[in-house]
Amino acid sequence: MASRIPAAFDRVRAEKRTGLVTYVTAGDPDLPHSAEILRALDRAGADVLEVGIPFSEPLADGPVIQRATERALAAGATAAGVLDLVAKIRSSINAPIVLFSYANPILRMGVEAFGDRAKAAGVDGVLVLDLPIEEARDFRDAMAARGVDMIFLLSPTTTDTRVKQAADLGKGFLYGISRLGVTGTRDKVADGAEALAARIRAVTKLPLALGFGVSRPEHVQQIGRWADAAVVGSGLVGVIAEAGRGPDLVERVESYVRWLKNGDK
Amino acid sequence: MGRPTPIYETGRLRASLPRPAARMFLKREDLADTGAHKINNALGQALLAKRMGKRRIVAETGAGQHGVATATASALLGLECDVYMGAEDMARQALNVVRMRLLGATVRRVDAGSKTLKDAINEAMRDWVTNVTDTYYLLGSVLGPHPYPLMVREFQAVIGREARDQILKMTGRLPDAVVACVGGGSNALGIFDAFIPDTGVRLIGVEAGGEALAPGRHAARFAGGTAGVLQGTRTYVLQDLDGNIELTHSISAGLDYAAVGPEHAWLRDLGRAEYTWIGDAGALAAFQSLSRLEGIIPALESAHAIAHACTLAQELGPDAHILVNLSGRGDKDVESVATYVGLEKGAEVGV
Repeated sequence: MASRIPAAFDRVRAEKRTGLVTYVTAGDPDLPHSAEILRALDRAGADVLEVGIPFSEPLADGPVIQRATERALAAGATAAGVLDLVAKIRSSINAPIVLFSYANPILRMGVEAFGDRAKAAGVDGVLVLDLPIEEARDFRDAMAARGVDMIFLLSPTTTDTRVKQAADLGKGFLYGISRLGVTGTRDKVADGAEALAARIRAVTKLPLALGFGVSRPEHVQQIGRWADAAVVGSGLVGVIAEAGRGPDLVERVESYVRWLKNGDK
Repeated sequence: MGRPTPIYETGRLRASLPRPAARMFLKREDLADTGAHKINNALGQALLAKRMGKRRIVAETGAGQHGVATATASALLGLECDVYMGAEDMARQALNVVRMRLLGATVRRVDAGSKTLKDAINEAMRDWVTNVTDTYYLLGSVLGPHPYPLMVREFQAVIGREARDQILKMTGRLPDAVVACVGGGSNALGIFDAFIPDTGVRLIGVEAGGEALAPGRHAARFAGGTAGVLQGTRTYVLQDLDGNIELTHSISAGLDYAAVGPEHAWLRDLGRAEYTWIGDAGALAAFQSLSRLEGIIPALESAHAIAHACTLAQELGPDAHILVNLSGRGDKDVESVATYVGLEKGAEVGV
């Protein structure tokens, strides 16, 4: 089956609104709760679901996602377990699902085996945080052969040459990091976002999602001026951390996402 | 910097071995400024940082020797310096923590994961990517993303260039084997590099065997590791079946790391270099032997190389020559060694 990502962004553009891409670390607080969380995000209107595969060395992540990773690993989540989770919930979710991983868990499973399992599970895209674009071609080809989109990360220090490479190799959408550093919430979206978006827009028509530092509805609206969608990660993971396995976990996740999308209306 | 560092032939250590043994020559990197080979790389990269217009340095450190070297180079060149160090390493290398502070560096404690070198590198990289506009990451070993493995090897290659000339002058021939300990592997690559074209010279890296070759209890990547990617490097990595990085253990903080420099993996797969391991107990014994028989207190890291050299010397016999990289001095380790061997108790002799 073809990736659901293009249709999701077509819809966002047709409805003239800012899309919302949500990130959660799979397995936090545990895989069964992750299934409930992902369904809640879909119900609340998230346009793309990023599902993080926990890895013991989350070096691109700030403290909030580091802690989530630790909880997920302690609860027994693995790359294989996350693929099984997606396979199980895929038919009950409308939004595209993008796996978000560090390179090593995928290499350990084997790129071909990972690709086969991702395809069978109905995964729409994969983003590998620490795979440099110069090393990405074989991996990208293996995913493309299975109809899985390769999503690339671009930051304010990414050169124009690399932006172009990412635009050529990437599919589905491009993920821009609005500021330098690791994941985490901030009071305001960094000033670098606009310039980065302009550089990316200059070379590609691929949809653009901007993240890092998004946690409030005004951030989402601000990002809508420059990009198709905003990515919320640490803000959402923080809500999950606070709720834990409590009875209102799903409700809090759902209302947080509705608040991000609609503000205080 | 104290270069060139001398070559010293062990006399009493060789004579103490039970079987007729090869001559052993020590490349005295312990006599380099700050007490280890680490200064070779730290000064080179700090000059690069200055040239690039950076005002601040971040670094990781395991044993503290790289942190001290980086703090020294930063003090010399007027750069602000932050060194990340695992909480466990701060406890076992307390002397170096004080040295770094004296040199004007800020030591930042890392409580994540195993609280050792791997976790310090994670934090240093996070700092670096956040502050990259004015900050330079001064990585201490032949690890991390390109071009660090290449750059650090270049800065350390002075060890082998000097040693090859010195040993030829001293003995009139090349050694039969060159032995060095391998954590990330910068002192080993540094001394190996000049000998790589000399195919008759065996290059032997010694990893940390820790307490036992069981997951979490050692750092012998070539004995228990598989191909993987850690912190920007594809190499042999100690990892579990799901691709998560295993905890490691070594008595020496500088060898206590889950991945080995990628060029070592290449040399090993080529068959040009060979790798073995020495456990905590073997390293402790060599630490004490070299201290008592030669008056040289080695770093616990380097003691792994000494221990293997002693075994190899007896295998190769009295006509052979072995060159060992004595990569650092052991002042930093005296407290932990005292605890391990019980020297604090009953040491005073009344008169």
